[in-house]
Amino acid sequence: MDWFNSHVLSVVVFFPLVWAVFGLLIPTTNESGRNALKYWTLIGSLLTFAFSLKIYYAFQANGAAFQLTELAEWIPGLGTSYSLGMDGISLWLIILTTFLSPIVILASFTAVEEKLRGYYFLLLALETGMLGAFVALDVFLFYVFWEVMLIPMYFLVGIWGGKDRIYAAMKFFVYTMVGSLLMLVAIFFLAYQHKLQMGTYSTALLDLYKVHIPGGGFTSPQSLLFMGFALAFAIKVPLFPLHTWLPDAHVQAPTAGSVILAGVLLKMGGYGFLRFAFPLFPDAVATFQIPFMILAAIAIVYGAWVATVQPDMKKLVAYSSVSHMGYVVLGLFSMNAIGVTGSIYQMLNHGVSTGALFLLVGMIYERRHTREISDFGGITKVMPIFAIIFMIVTLSSVALPGTNGFVGEFLILLGAWKTSPGLAAISALGVIFGAVYMLWLFQRVMFGPVKNKENEKLKDLSFREIAVMVPLLFCIFWMGVAPNFFFRKMEPSIERFLTRSTATAVARASVPSSSSIAAFFSKKN
Amino acid sequence: MALSEFQVEPWLVLAFCSAIFFIGLAGLLIRRNILVILMCIELMLNAVNLTFVTFSKIHNHMGGQMSVFFIITVAAAESAVGLGLVIAMFRTVRSVDTDEIQLLKQ
Amino acid sequence: MLAWIPLFPLIGFLINGCWYAFFQAPVGGRKAHATLPGIIASLSIFASFILSLLLFLQLKDMPAEARVIEQTVFNWMHIGGSSGFHLDMAFRLDSLNTLFTLVITGVGTLIHIYSIGYMSHDATPGRFFSYLNLFCFAMLMLVLGASLPVLFLGWEGVGLCSYLLIGYWYTDDEKASAGKKAFIVNRVGDFGFLLGMFLIFTTFGSLDFVALKTAFISGHGALAAIPAGVSPGTITAICLLLFVGCMGKSAQIPLYVWLPDAMAGPTPVSALIHAATMVTSGIYMVARLNFMFSFSPTALGVIATVGAFTAFFAATVAIAQNDIKKVLAYSTVSQLGYMFLACGVGAYTAGVFHVITHAFFKALLFLGAGSVIHGMSEEQDITKMGGLRTRMPVTFAVFAIGWLAICGLPPFSGFFSKDEILWQAFSSEHGSIFLWALGAVTAVMTAFYMTRLFYLTFLGQPRFKEVAGPGKSHAAHDSHGHDSHAKPKDGAIHVHESPLSMTGPLMVLAVLSAVGGLIGIPHMSWLEKWLEPVIPEAAEAATHMVPSMEWVLMGVSVLGAVLGIAYAFNLYKDLAKAAKLKQRYAGLHKILENKWYVDEFYQGVIVRPIFNLSQALWKNFDVAVIDRVVLGFGRVTQWTGQSARTIQTGSIQVYAFVLLIGLVASVGYLIYGLV
Repeated sequence: MDWFNSHVLSVVVFFPLVWAVFGLLIPTTNESGRNALKYWTLIGSLLTFAFSLKIYYAFQANGAAFQLTELAEWIPGLGTSYSLGMDGISLWLIILTTFLSPIVILASFTAVEEKLRGYYFLLLALETGMLGAFVALDVFLFYVFWEVMLIPMYFLVGIWGGKDRIYAAMKFFVYTMVGSLLMLVAIFFLAYQHKLQMGTYSTALLDLYKVHIPGGGFTSPQSLLFMGFALAFAIKVPLFPLHTWLPDAHVQAPTAGSVILAGVLLKMGGYGFLRFAFPLFPDAVATFQIPFMILAAIAIVYGAWVATVQPDMKKLVAYSSVSHMGYVVLGLFSMNAIGVTGSIYQMLNHGVSTGALFLLVGMIYERRHTREISDFGGITKVMPIFAIIFMIVTLSSVALPGTNGFVGEFLILLGAWKTSPGLAAISALGVIFGAVYMLWLFQRVMFGPVKNKENEKLKDLSFREIAVMVPLLFCIFWMGVAPNFFFRKMEPSIERFLTRSTATAVARASVPSSSSIAAFFSKKN
Repeated sequence: MALSEFQVEPWLVLAFCSAIFFIGLAGLLIRRNILVILMCIELMLNAVNLTFVTFSKIHNHMGGQMSVFFIITVAAAESAVGLGLVIAMFRTVRSVDTDEIQLLKQ
Repeated sequence: MLAWIPLFPLIGFLINGCWYAFFQAPVGGRKAHATLPGIIASLSIFASFILSLLLFLQLKDMPAEARVIEQTVFNWMHIGGSSGFHLDMAFRLDSLNTLFTLVITGVGTLIHIYSIGYMSHDATPGRFFSYLNLFCFAMLMLVLGASLPVLFLGWEGVGLCSYLLIGYWYTDDEKASAGKKAFIVNRVGDFGFLLGMFLIFTTFGSLDFVALKTAFISGHGALAAIPAGVSPGTITAICLLLFVGCMGKSAQIPLYVWLPDAMAGPTPVSALIHAATMVTSGIYMVARLNFMFSFSPTALGVIATVGAFTAFFAATVAIAQNDIKKVLAYSTVSQLGYMFLACGVGAYTAGVFHVITHAFFKALLFLGAGSVIHGMSEEQDITKMGGLRTRMPVTFAVFAIGWLAICGLPPFSGFFSKDEILWQAFSSEHGSIFLWALGAVTAVMTAFYMTRLFYLTFLGQPRFKEVAGPGKSHAAHDSHGHDSHAKPKDGAIHVHESPLSMTGPLMVLAVLSAVGGLIGIPHMSWLEKWLEPVIPEAAEAATHMVPSMEWVLMGVSVLGAVLGIAYAFNLYKDLAKAAKLKQRYAGLHKILENKWYVDEFYQGVIVRPIFNLSQALWKNFDVAVIDRVVLGFGRVTQWTGQSARTIQTGSIQVYAFVLLIGLVASVGYLIYGLV
């Protein structure tokens, strides 16, 4: 038990993978074996969720910055160690991940019927990758997990996806890879700078905080390094105009893939900004604040507009993700407690409500094998329970007060208003257009007479499907009414984050500057 | 002069080694029969072995001898695997001519 | 205890909602009759009415300055230290919103009871009543909220219920569209509201009403100046942004377009939401923040002008409508314009007064119209009615009272409030003769179109085919329920008076419409005194007119109303004459009938362009530019590979040869380098 307590993060991270390896041993030639595998995987993810609750209870909001830390030597030559730890920001993202995984697995029971072992193995492996990225305190270790989660996703889209799955998987892979390679270069450069300034190589996050890199201006070393990181994260978020992989990947991915992609993988971008890009390069953040906020405002309105005209439900939801994640970036770059809190909250909201939307689209797709909005109409009449759930999720997506979406959007816009009223006003247009595309979608799918003969005999949600949705519905209201429950644990971490990220060059003037870096870059320029 | 005291000039041995090596190399590049190519590789490896021994003697350092044992082991493994592959190849394509089995080209 | 006022309807909603969702909605679920869900819903709202009444009496016993009851339910959002954001889910009852809670729960209860009869043929009454309860919950949150975000919670909540109830008969695409339109247009207003809140927060650091008020007012209600460090421009900006929200919710130009379409919902909904309560929330907000609005003459001017023009404009449209509910809808828009005219000239009390009387008589008119529609088997066209006086005597009688009230004839309630508004528009320091004239002309037009409606519906000869007893047609109507709109093939209908559950509430409302004006008789107004703590006398713009002028204006407006009524009577006595008049002004009539083509204008200037732009952005930017760049990277890589692959012959021996050359070259370089 002692061992468990002191290694709880490692347990949570690697448990799904280990469990999945045993799952590979289950033969899937007959029906009972297939069911056994499904339940095996489900139980594994539920256990992971249970373990992650342990993290919730062990975490002290007012304690040290990083808690439940673990440290083991890994690649001493590069100063890289297996270093885990978490704070209030990663806490909820970890729980979001472990919370969504069982839901996704339960939702896949009937959706996926071929190559089961590979599918469920990859789902759990993906969970390990995501959890690892959220708890890594070593930049290199983070990078490894970042890539680890890319691979299962690539296969999930590429093998179990729709018609153009190969194209979508490839696009997703290449897009992400381009960003992450630049990040790797930036990581090595930081490690090298650590050696120049401190004498040893290191990729530990806390060590890298101490490295001094000249900032200011768009071409300063700090800005270039920041862009190296920011590109990777902006692609993942995805920020306009780097978003075009998202609609393709979402549309082609199986339902579970879409939910995980929207629910957790996109959050990796926001988390990366929070954990790495901002605290490491405060000067650069000050430089890039307004440009990024402009991009975020464009993303919000642009995503909403383009979502409006999509003929495919899943693509519509995908573009709505672009819009919603634009809010996240807007809040982050507003650089005040209100905006950042709202932004983290919006990440959780988006995981819950967009995840729910993808699940709903998946459920109706399973019945009709089409996602064209024009094929539907009047579904409320034949699937009343589905209609009720869809309505609630829609409301959460349009940020109705009382649901989770409102808290996030309100705080983000308020925070952004404090930084730049003009951009906040433009972004607030998303409030209008968000309602336009969601309600129009709802009307075309659910309202009106049943025009299509094939829709007349659709079965309403099964007990299993309702069980999938209920936890999400519960979260929608809980997070809308009692956000303090979530804020409490985040607050000190956000404060620390802000102190660290707003400490610009002036404040840290005492640190001796290293001329070698400047020389390095001036040679290039 | 006893047999044990018979000395060969080192340059002679090295010249011999390089001759064998280049014969092997030439064979490797020119011949089209995989079996012959494998033999040529053996030839080159053994030329290297001999060179190692020679230098070991010259410098009075056992590192060279050690390398030889290492190479012999690897060479044995290599020819075992190589011959196995040749047999497998011959079974499938009925040929051991390299011009006919350029599978690396798409 | 205060929190229970909104909680009762919420509980009602949960009971009815869960019952519906778990037992009625699922395929094969048991359908419920309207009675039980209706009783649950009515009881829950009636409970909050009793509670509101008790709290009102409690307030009444307090000294005037201390008339506040507060309750913090829980802490909603809490971020950061002292400079952060703190928001309680708190309610505060004072003399202003106690009136609103009374009206909402009181009129709400009547409309709930009425709905039991009205929705008796409906297929899903459980759903209807749960929505209705949810609406009451949200509306009560709106008026009881102690801060702007809580008000906003209710504000959006009522918008949601409005959306759900307008599109209640969702199988009709047009009705579903009307619901969506209402929500989206309201969202445009909410956009302004949100920005207004942000500006308030960054300026004053709080969103709580009392905190804001203390920033403006010091001591016992004495007016102070604008808080130090805040520019008048900021105040104006705040007020205008908030007013954008009011334009949406309270249907003012240019965001009124959703309200007439909202008549697609069941008639009790139109009465409750789109006449009595929800649409007046904009007036509530302005009255609530009167201490702020009073400091921005610009904003007040905008409000008064928009209000007066809306009143006039909507009245012109109402003249040419034939749908009984559409006429009432435009008349609601027009009356809301009056209320904003009052607020805009600084006469918040008059605005609130009109909210109350309007809630009575407009609910009465809508429910009466509902009774007519019910009795006429879903007929809504007034040109196909006539002569209902003898067939629906109760409805006729109560409708007549409502008609007289809205026309502004003494001593009915509408007279007092409308007259107060007109007087203030004329005499207040923010007022002008122009605003008064616009209001007075509107009053005449109101009298005209309401008389037209009344005459065509109840008087004259019947213009429909009728069958005697409750024959086949009524049975058919029953079995189809209200959503089918099926009429018997021969067009003959059995006209019948509505059941007591419907006429009962009508009679109560008729009494209220008749005497409701007594709370605000000029110069001895109980209302003014009661609202004093919230809307101080000083906020009411000082009168600078001679008192006799008041009587003159009163006479003018009554005379105008009488003339309007008389002209309409004269005109519609002989329908041929009316038709001839219509012919003579055919062009104008067409414009009015088509509502000045505003919907078409919005469609063409805003909706279509944005839609086309989105389409273009997607196809010509996302797909054509960004994706092409991304795929371009792939193409370049592919091309490079294609070119380079010719080197790869596949022959190991060639590779080995190249390797050899490389080796020789590098060894040569090393040796050369060493030398």
